[in-house]
Amino acid sequence: MSPRRAASGGLIDRSRTIRFTFDGQEFTGHPGDTVASALLANGVSLFGRSFKYHRPRGILAAGVDEPNALVTVLRGEAREPNIQATMLEIHDGLKVVSQNRFPSLGLDVGALNQLASKLLGAGFYYKTFMGPVIGPLKGTRFWMFCEHLIRRAAGLGKAGLAPDPSRYERMNAFCDVLVVGSGPAGLMAAKAAAENGARVILAEQSARLGGSANWSEDTIDAMPARDWAAGVVADLTTTSNVTMLPRTSVWGYYDGNTIAALERVTDHKTSPRIGEPRQRHWTIRAGKVVLATGAFERPLVFPGNDRPCVMLASAAERFAVEYGILPGEKVAIFTNNDSAYRSAMTMQEAGCRIVAIVDVRTDISPAARAIAVRTGAEILTSRAVTSTEGGKKLHCIKVQDYDIRSGAVSGDARSIDADCLLVSGGWSPVINLASQAGARAEWSERVQAFLPPKDADGWVGAGAFNGTFSLEAALAEGLAAGGASAIDVPAVVDAALDIAPAPVFEIEAKGKAFVDFQHDVTADDVRLAHREGFQSVEHLKRYTTLGMATDQGKTSNVAGLAIMANALGKQIPEVGTTRFRPPFAPVTIGALAAERFGEIRPERLTPMHDWHVAHGATFYSAGLWHRPMIYGLPGETVEQAYVREVKTTREAAGIADVSTLGKIMVQGPDAAYFLDRVYTNTFSTLPVGKARYGLMLREDGLVLDDGTTWRLGRHDFLMTTTTANAGKVMQHLEFLLDVIWPELKVTLTSVTDQWAGASIAGPRSREVLAACVSGTAVDNETLPFMGIVYGEVDGAPVMICRLSFSGELAYEVYSGAGHGTHLWQALIEAGKPFGMVAYGLEALGTMRIEKGHVTGAEIDGRVTARDLHLDWMLSKKKPFVGSMMMDREGLVGPDRLQLVGIMSLDNLPLNGGAHIVEELDRENPHDSIGHMTAACYSPMLGRHIGLALVKAGKSRHGQRVFTSDPLRKRFGPVEIVSHHFYDPEGKRMHG
Amino acid sequence: MIIKCPWCGPRDSSEFVYQGEGGRTRPDQSSTDQSAWNAYVYDRVNTAGDHDEIWQHSGGCRSHLKIIRNTVTHKVLSVVFACDTQDQEKPA
Ligand SMILES: [Zn+2]
Repeated sequence: MSPRRAASGGLIDRSRTIRFTFDGQEFTGHPGDTVASALLANGVSLFGRSFKYHRPRGILAAGVDEPNALVTVLRGEAREPNIQATMLEIHDGLKVVSQNRFPSLGLDVGALNQLASKLLGAGFYYKTFMGPVIGPLKGTRFWMFCEHLIRRAAGLGKAGLAPDPSRYERMNAFCDVLVVGSGPAGLMAAKAAAENGARVILAEQSARLGGSANWSEDTIDAMPARDWAAGVVADLTTTSNVTMLPRTSVWGYYDGNTIAALERVTDHKTSPRIGEPRQRHWTIRAGKVVLATGAFERPLVFPGNDRPCVMLASAAERFAVEYGILPGEKVAIFTNNDSAYRSAMTMQEAGCRIVAIVDVRTDISPAARAIAVRTGAEILTSRAVTSTEGGKKLHCIKVQDYDIRSGAVSGDARSIDADCLLVSGGWSPVINLASQAGARAEWSERVQAFLPPKDADGWVGAGAFNGTFSLEAALAEGLAAGGASAIDVPAVVDAALDIAPAPVFEIEAKGKAFVDFQHDVTADDVRLAHREGFQSVEHLKRYTTLGMATDQGKTSNVAGLAIMANALGKQIPEVGTTRFRPPFAPVTIGALAAERFGEIRPERLTPMHDWHVAHGATFYSAGLWHRPMIYGLPGETVEQAYVREVKTTREAAGIADVSTLGKIMVQGPDAAYFLDRVYTNTFSTLPVGKARYGLMLREDGLVLDDGTTWRLGRHDFLMTTTTANAGKVMQHLEFLLDVIWPELKVTLTSVTDQWAGASIAGPRSREVLAACVSGTAVDNETLPFMGIVYGEVDGAPVMICRLSFSGELAYEVYSGAGHGTHLWQALIEAGKPFGMVAYGLEALGTMRIEKGHVTGAEIDGRVTARDLHLDWMLSKKKPFVGSMMMDREGLVGPDRLQLVGIMSLDNLPLNGGAHIVEELDRENPHDSIGHMTAACYSPMLGRHIGLALVKAGKSRHGQRVFTSDPLRKRFGPVEIVSHHFYDPEGKRMHG
Repeated sequence: MIIKCPWCGPRDSSEFVYQGEGGRTRPDQSSTDQSAWNAYVYDRVNTAGDHDEIWQHSGGCRSHLKIIRNTVTHKVLSVVFACDTQDQEKPA
């Protein structure tokens, strides 16, 4: 007989029919069904094939602990694998397919693996695929060779390649009390907290709130538990300080009571409302967390325990009461504790025949025996199930005598006809979240399970989570956890059974007995691992992969530990347990990312950006900035464009957008004094209206950044930094002022975005300015090198400083950012009669290489001022940041990498990042003496040149060495020269 | 992890940047004691337990905060402005 739907009963809505497909075949179900319950209702008992051996598998559990029934959901082109059929609600049009089978679920070629199962034991990868010691497949090469074949044969569902069309969103929430789990204890806690006025969030992973109240036959407050729960849920739903989150799995518990949860918003809907996301990711910050996460029933480990129609007793109860499903006609029960007797009663009342209750214990409680008698079942104590028979369904079970003291099986096997076997191996509190929060689990002899510690920080437990299996006590704990004592605990009628199990986890007999169903780990695998020397739990776990599947061993951890402890001759607490880690339940990557995919970095654009775009600029991204690379003319290559830009600038004039330079206002009575401390050179002597080039070191004496700083007033300085280091310099200065020298009266303001800047360079740049600047003269007298003047350009107020990066006579013109484009256009107009061009970063870079100016490529965090020949900037008159550390052993001496110029001797281009070597060896490059930091074609020299940091570089000027760049296959002779390639005396910029 | 900025209130740790151990004493600016400088730049206690730290509220008020944080539990035990804890030194 197959599983079927009972004529009545269950919390499903039988008035409506839902159609969905499984492996292409259409099935029907009702609102409230999961894929698991709907397929069981249709007589399906085979749900998938197992991971390694491709054994037929059915439903073991009814909820988030289900290890076997994983399906793939198809949504358009997208496919989502490894979804538990027990957690997946059906809706019209839902398409699911089974996994890990070929060509079909019923006929699976991979099942042949069972014949080869000797090869597939623990650690089979390592053993089977170690190649020979010598030869083409030596060592791990054989494994590499086999790997792609194995990867295809093994594994669970396959992820699709199509983009996921779904939308996900993120939510941040705050509450005083977060209750995890909506069973009776959780509901009681939420009610108590809400009545205290707390902001409460109640998260329940299932669609239906109420937890075990939905499938227990208990009575609370003189009504069926499910009615009581429905009443509390209705009250809480209309309470303004309570947020109810059904279909929400709390999967992570992080520092400071930060909780991660995943809400399945529309997975159960055929047509979501407009704007509804598929899933919503919650980050909840809770004052207190109430863990009312219940307990998982454990299976027993015995040969044939993985056959379809072998099910957890509590799962059968849940299917019967919540979904109106009869998992079989003739039901046998195998247990080590009393809770299965309650299951027997429930199943019998639902319409099943209980053929036998097999109990490993010699004595059972009078209460349990009374129930057994009422069900009419044959009671077989001191007995154990030692095998199961059937193919894709169960036909019968074999029962033998069992000695609970020795664990020995004896006597002839008796065959009992049954189409369903319900198993109970005791209960494990779901302490995963507490474990994530850092709690150390404590083994309870009585409950034969790990319990959460009594004292915890941030959370409080209630109900079965605590190992409290009496309903009345669970309600009381819920009340206390919610912070109440005023409300009386409602009156309760329950089965009054003590679930404390006998310490039996495994029946050792001939045949494959599964511990971890999802990863196909057997009891023998655990013992094999022990024999091979894997004695710690952590090693056992990794070697056998026990508990490492998508279910994280929810049904297998304790049995695996017990078998390991037995093999070691130790007690379970001595063996210890592994710590649970997030996620408690699988989380879609889409929900974690939500709207954050694709290019999500902000863009920084200068005020003149649109002009650059309109005038043919192509762009570089420099950090977040977009900067013009070249302003190419039609048909020009990048090199042709920058060569033209450089030549025109050096012969006439050029203009570049320098708005991206970092700009910091340093103000206050101690500003000059502060700058003297942070720069290697002196600023307190700088007159108002002048600028000075400055160099900053880090505390360890290496170079941090360089730039010019302008004294705008006695207490006002405008500091410029390199584009890339603006943030780093700001942070450095803030740290010094805030932490080290809080007594200094200095304020820092980032003004990078407030100023637009244009650099005009070239022999005719002064004429360009003279043509457009009013309110000030710009002659050499009024505006000498490093001088500052104020004026106007076409009505826009400007500040002009005469300074040069290109080595030409040059000026930087600044206006408020709002006037940027206006200023730029006015300067462009003024420059037209003088042949001025706009130039980009390529030209700027080329001109600075020709001048030997350093930038971020050379200031790489490893160089000293002396390495860059900037010794002249190191004041000897005052201490400054880094001054005591810059001359340490190792930072001085002849063998340091020093800045040099490099000239190509084969007339071929050079590459930044290439090595410099004394001896060229293409096959086996060796003995680098340094590396190229920048390279370009120099229009002024007509040569390919570059800058490099070379060991003892200064003493090598004139040496012929080689560039060695194996990655780009560029090798060739070069000459080391001075880094001042062009106009070394600086006549042009002072002209 | 949540840090209670004395200026902005409780904020997520992602708004803050770690700026090194808080127990270090920078030698006086004019000090020529090389070993004291070496100690300031390189020596770290790296406590497993309650640990003095400097954090900057870089995504907020930009104050530097002196924090005592347990590096084992990530529990933040105290937060004060870093400038309140420094010895006041007058500019020379
Ligand atoms: Zn703040």
